[in-house]
Amino acid sequence: MTKQQANWSPYDNNGGSCVAVAGADYCVVAADTRMSTGYSILTRDYSKICKLADKCVMASSGFQADVKALQKLLAARHLIYQQQHNKQMSCPAMGQLLSNTLYYKRFFPYYSFNVLGGLDSEGKGCVFTYDAVGSYERVGYSSQGSGSTLIMPFLDNQLKSPSPLLLPALDAVTPLSESEAVDLVKTVFASATERDIYTGDKLEIVVINAEGIRREYIELRKD
Amino acid sequence: MFRNQYDTDVTTWSPAGRLFQVEYAMEAVKQGSAAIGLRSKTHVVLACVNKANSELSSHQKKIFKVDDHIGVAIAGLTADGRVLSRYMRSECINHSFTYESPLPVGRLVVQLADKAQVCTQRSWKRPFGVGLLVGGLDESGAHLYYNCPSGNYFEYQAFAIGSRSQAAKTYLERRFENFVDSSWDDLIKDALIATRETLQGEKLRSSICTVAVMGVGEPFHILDQETVQQLIDKFELVVEDEGPAAEPDAAAAEEGAEEGDAAEQGGDAGQGAAPDEGVAPMEI
Repeated sequence: MTKQQANWSPYDNNGGSCVAVAGADYCVVAADTRMSTGYSILTRDYSKICKLADKCVMASSGFQADVKALQKLLAARHLIYQQQHNKQMSCPAMGQLLSNTLYYKRFFPYYSFNVLGGLDSEGKGCVFTYDAVGSYERVGYSSQGSGSTLIMPFLDNQLKSPSPLLLPALDAVTPLSESEAVDLVKTVFASATERDIYTGDKLEIVVINAEGIRREYIELRKD
Repeated sequence: MFRNQYDTDVTTWSPAGRLFQVEYAMEAVKQGSAAIGLRSKTHVVLACVNKANSELSSHQKKIFKVDDHIGVAIAGLTADGRVLSRYMRSECINHSFTYESPLPVGRLVVQLADKAQVCTQRSWKRPFGVGLLVGGLDESGAHLYYNCPSGNYFEYQAFAIGSRSQAAKTYLERRFENFVDSSWDDLIKDALIATRETLQGEKLRSSICTVAVMGVGEPFHILDQETVQQLIDKFELVVEDEGPAAEPDAAAAEEGAEEGDAAEQGGDAGQGAAPDEGVAPMEI
């Protein structure tokens, strides 16, 4: 008799792609708005982006129920932090909190592939990229989700320093201006939409800079 | 209060059916510096007197934001008050997380009261030595509650607790019928005047009081010092006739007039037709 296998999974993959790019004094976080299951579309208008603090925004793809639970938890923890410290959490602080929160469920993980973007305490753009169990790293740019395999090589080509062996190490921040970074993100999603069936419908772009946070929506292919 | 043989334990009744330890806890509230609360149909104002231990130290925080729609002012053992505020904040966050909606104030005060009651019926605990004026908004409008160490709670239109609160209460008793329809400015003005009553002649300045407001469409926030000082100046501008405990105010009003805005004086005289003419004229 063969071992009984579960015919029910607690997880589902709702697809979608997320990208974040850090600049000298800004950060761009973007995600498409398509939510799928299997080969079907559940909705064309679902936001994967969540503002966690004044200067800290998270985009997550994967299983959106887990994403929503994670967002609620972090929002509650941020409220507690504000009451205890009388100030907003910085992006690096939220980065560590997210990592700890994810690892807390190491043995029943949040099926959530996150990318955190914002401004650090010096006002410079910062992006943190995560796996499902909390391993994270501060980088200049990152992508997660179903389209990340298509998007990441393109971002590397455009944004990565010529050689990792170059000394002194280049800043983990792109030399692009804010509008150039937004255009790059739009280009990247247009390409990903062509070949990834789970990416499309609309693109939500969030830009964080010293003035605050602004949001933009761009149409993508709906097929 | 006299020492007697039934007051050692909170779990010991007196032959007259009293729990002395609970009553002593309520005395602790009366020793703290004053806190005042008033509400209209749509807003709640909390005000308190900042008493510092010495000139060298800062004053203790007595007004806490519990959530966007709930705030609390305390009098008595401020350490107990801090702990209870933390509990209230935690309850609000948990409720919001589970139900995606703000915790109704009425529920919160019951939870707080039950927590206080526990401490009146355990031999290894002591009652909380703090009185809380809880102000909040919910679907049925603005509310103000007073939670005392005994575990009782009451809803009020306006109330004052702490030392010399009787003077404030006397003022509020005269004026409370008007509060339901008060505007934002009038409600705060009444709160400041009530606060001034507890000062027994000392000049009211924004540095010795704290004022917080919450209302429909207005999340809880503590007013900054400049705003409070401007509001104080506005109502002290009008030279008041002698009213009870108002003698030093004539001198204070003249000082206020120098720093005040002449245009404001015209505006204040305009709203001078107060509905209750028979009351002391100082409330113009």
